[in-house]
Amino acid sequence: MTPEHLLPILSAGFVAFTVLAYITLDGFDLGIGILFGLERGSQDRDVMVSTVAPVWDGNETWLILGGSALYGVFPVAYGTILPALYPLVIAMLLALIFRGVAFEFRFRAEGPRSRFAWDMSFLAGSTLAAMTQGMILGALIQGIRIRDNQYAGGWFDWLTGFSVFCGLSVVVGYALLGACWLVWRTEGELQSRARRHARVLAAMTLGLIVVVSLWTPTLQLHYLRHWNVWPRILYVAPVPILVAALAALFWRSINDERSHLMPLLCALGWFFLCFTGLGISLWPWIVPPSIDLWQASSPPASQVFFLVGAAVLTPIVVGYSAYSYWVFRGKIGKETHYH
Amino acid sequence: MFGISALDLARAQFGFTVAFHILFPAFSIGLAAYLAVLEGVWLKTGRQVYLDLYRYWLKIFAIGFAMGVVSGITMSYEFGTNWSRFAQKAGPVLGPMLSYEVLTAFFLEAGFLGVMLFGMNRVGRRLHFAASCMVSTGTLISMSWILASNSWMQTPAGYTIDKATGRFLPADWLRIIFNPSFPFRLVHMGLAAFLCVAFAVGAVGAFHLLRDRRAGRAPTEPVRVMFSMAMWMAAIVAPMQILAGDTQGLNTLQYQPAKIAAMEGDWESRGRAPEILFGIPNMRTERTDYRIEIPFAGSLILTHSLDGKVPGLKQFAPRDRPYAPIVFFTFRIMVGLGMLMFALGLFSLYARWRGSFYSNRWLHRFALAMAPSGFVALLCGWMTTEIGRQPFTVYGLLRTTDSVSPIALPGIATSMLVFVVVYFVVFGAGLLIILRMMAREPEIGETGPDPRQPTRAAGQHPGPAQGQPDGMGGHALPAE
Ligand code: HDD
Ligand code: HEM
Ligand code: HEM
Repeated sequence: MTPEHLLPILSAGFVAFTVLAYITLDGFDLGIGILFGLERGSQDRDVMVSTVAPVWDGNETWLILGGSALYGVFPVAYGTILPALYPLVIAMLLALIFRGVAFEFRFRAEGPRSRFAWDMSFLAGSTLAAMTQGMILGALIQGIRIRDNQYAGGWFDWLTGFSVFCGLSVVVGYALLGACWLVWRTEGELQSRARRHARVLAAMTLGLIVVVSLWTPTLQLHYLRHWNVWPRILYVAPVPILVAALAALFWRSINDERSHLMPLLCALGWFFLCFTGLGISLWPWIVPPSIDLWQASSPPASQVFFLVGAAVLTPIVVGYSAYSYWVFRGKIGKETHYH
Repeated sequence: MFGISALDLARAQFGFTVAFHILFPAFSIGLAAYLAVLEGVWLKTGRQVYLDLYRYWLKIFAIGFAMGVVSGITMSYEFGTNWSRFAQKAGPVLGPMLSYEVLTAFFLEAGFLGVMLFGMNRVGRRLHFAASCMVSTGTLISMSWILASNSWMQTPAGYTIDKATGRFLPADWLRIIFNPSFPFRLVHMGLAAFLCVAFAVGAVGAFHLLRDRRAGRAPTEPVRVMFSMAMWMAAIVAPMQILAGDTQGLNTLQYQPAKIAAMEGDWESRGRAPEILFGIPNMRTERTDYRIEIPFAGSLILTHSLDGKVPGLKQFAPRDRPYAPIVFFTFRIMVGLGMLMFALGLFSLYARWRGSFYSNRWLHRFALAMAPSGFVALLCGWMTTEIGRQPFTVYGLLRTTDSVSPIALPGIATSMLVFVVVYFVVFGAGLLIILRMMAREPEIGETGPDPRQPTRAAGQHPGPAQGQPDGMGGHALPAE
């Protein structure tokens, strides 16, 4: 294997890791925002926000890392996907602005009216961010029209039934992560309600996973081939089986009052498996159906520089991020302050 | 449509969002350092006033920081949405640097910000101080990387160009990062961030001094300490900034002569050039009208010798010239404000010497009026730098017209409109919140930004409960 062949594979692995880290970590933050739609009590909302206030910024940083990594090691992908999905990307950025400032502003609001406005901006911002992220995913899966390494499609190519469906799926999936997070990090009434939400959301999520999985292979022949060719199917068959196994585990633990963390782990497991399945479908494309990893990548000098930094720094980053989670461990109740 | 092209709008949109963004990082860079100093002094001396000031500014810092983060995320994706061709060509050089910024700086800030804001009672004082230092270090590292990127676009080095694709290929990363203008820009920008915060803090102090005086109260200790600290910064850093600006000008003369010509409003290249104090550069007639000038001073300032040769715009083809009228004025506003800052610093020293530092109303009024001066100078400096680099994105190598995304005008016009509305609403609200917090005087026993405080749950403040040493404070208070 030449470096020209190997380096983009390593970089792609790192980008995939970054995206997965973002989806799972910011997933439950955004899920908390989405659950504002179900939880109206002002004290409950305070508790919900407090469970993520110290860590949300770090979670969101994975999104920046993903963007900058694409920019540096797959500039052709960065420079075609973003113009192609321009309205979606801008909408996502604006939504993240609303939900990000709401973290600070809602606690500084003077009077119930402005408090209400920032709560709404938290709810709407989180929901729209989740929706647009799902639609970006859907639009990418269904393919982007390219000529001469530039986007060659129209303004609204991304808007299809499939992308909208993906958007809704991600909203539901993030809400599930949020509910499971609350089961873990809260207690009492709020926790019981979070369990109820999680049960419904999990059923919906599983249904959506099935539909998207059946829908995806019909979009490009290529995807179908990845799943149906013997003996490859042997490698990928575990994915659906594991999803089912996790479902069994999830239902046992969500109904068990003594189990706090397990539902979240199961939900994260689903996300991980779906992401893996997606990777299997897309490989080796980065902008389906015309640009693969190697066509998209920057020269070896950029890849090496990037990979060395990523290899050395990522463990350190994960280390102190974990430390910060650990500092703020434990249940957050109505009466507990940080102490 | 009205003679506006998609390129113009892409530029306007980028300039608008980055100009908003840079205000918050500058505030965060300066304030994080100030907070680390305050906490360090508190640990060393155990004096309550430093803890009170720390908590007072920490709450404001939290708001500014959140706005810096969300506006920055927009920036990191706009390279792709607005400048996709630029991203494809310069991405191999600039993208990895941005990734290093994320890995070495953004994560560091984010990882320790939670501890800094909410963790005093969980980790103890020393670890908490370490967290404050980490956040401050993170902002400084972030500034270094982004300025390395920006400086590389101004004075590219350490690259080769791929003939087939027109891409920049990195050849020597050390030369890319430490490109010729990077050290100068780093110093000038770092000082600018400190000045922004010094004048903001000084103005808040001055505001309360003036108000207390009118109400017939003696100013509290936190107010006096913050005003005094800010004025020391002004007196020391403003002259340093003038020196740094002068050296940066020499560097620009060497590497970007067309920019210098535009900043100076000079059309002819010559020795013994005058310094034009005022005028209106006219791009069509190729002269600067209504000039007021000091003979020989231009050569003297730029080359430090009387008959040094100074470039003129006519030396460059019209299509390679930056648009002089804007650059000319933004440069003068920046320099003028720098001089005013210096003047305020001197005034404060004089008042200290005369013993009227806390009573001289003219000093306080001057300091209050200078509240936004740092930010205005900062924006003017950036506009000089960025517009002076035109019509290139990578100086001399990649034109702005070859950098833009293939995006249609209506789309980018719509998004521009939405950006303007959202930024003014959201960041306007944030600014109001900050101003309201600044209008409240720091109290003895100031509380921290813990969102689970009872004052918050009651939904109201500033109430009397604000004065209670609870929440983040509690047993972390030094035993006095
Ligand atoms: C790493 C790159 C980078 C950085 C750190 C900055 N800029 Fe910049 N700027 C650009 C990269 C760039 C650019 C991508 O190259 C633009 C877009 C179009 C252009 O010509 O340059 C630009 C344009 C641009 C314009 C429009 C100029 C014109 O089109 O005539 C303004 C007003 C600014 N910038 C202002 C700023 C401010 C206030 C910054 C402070 C943070 C700043 N820039 C940082
Ligand atoms: C156009 C270029 C720029 C881009 C793409 C950019 C990108 C970003 C991003 C993505 C963030 C959010 C990071 C987080 O989550 O903490 C951020 C914040 C920050 N940026 Fe920028 N930035 C740009 C210009 C600048 C400049 C010129 C400076 C300083 C000299 C700067 C200094 C900072 C700092 C210190 C932060 C930390 C957050 C804060 O202080 O509010 N940035 N930037
Ligand atoms: C009076 C003294 C000053 C002088 C002579 C001066 C000079 C300069 C020069 C020559 C440039 C470079 C333009 C370029 O070549 O790209 C510059 C940029 C800049 N100035 Fe100043 N300046 C002064 C004061 C200030 C002050 C008081 C501030 C802010 C508080 C400030 C903020 C900036 C910024 C942010 C930039 C762009 C940053 C960069 O290119 O790194 N300057 N200044």
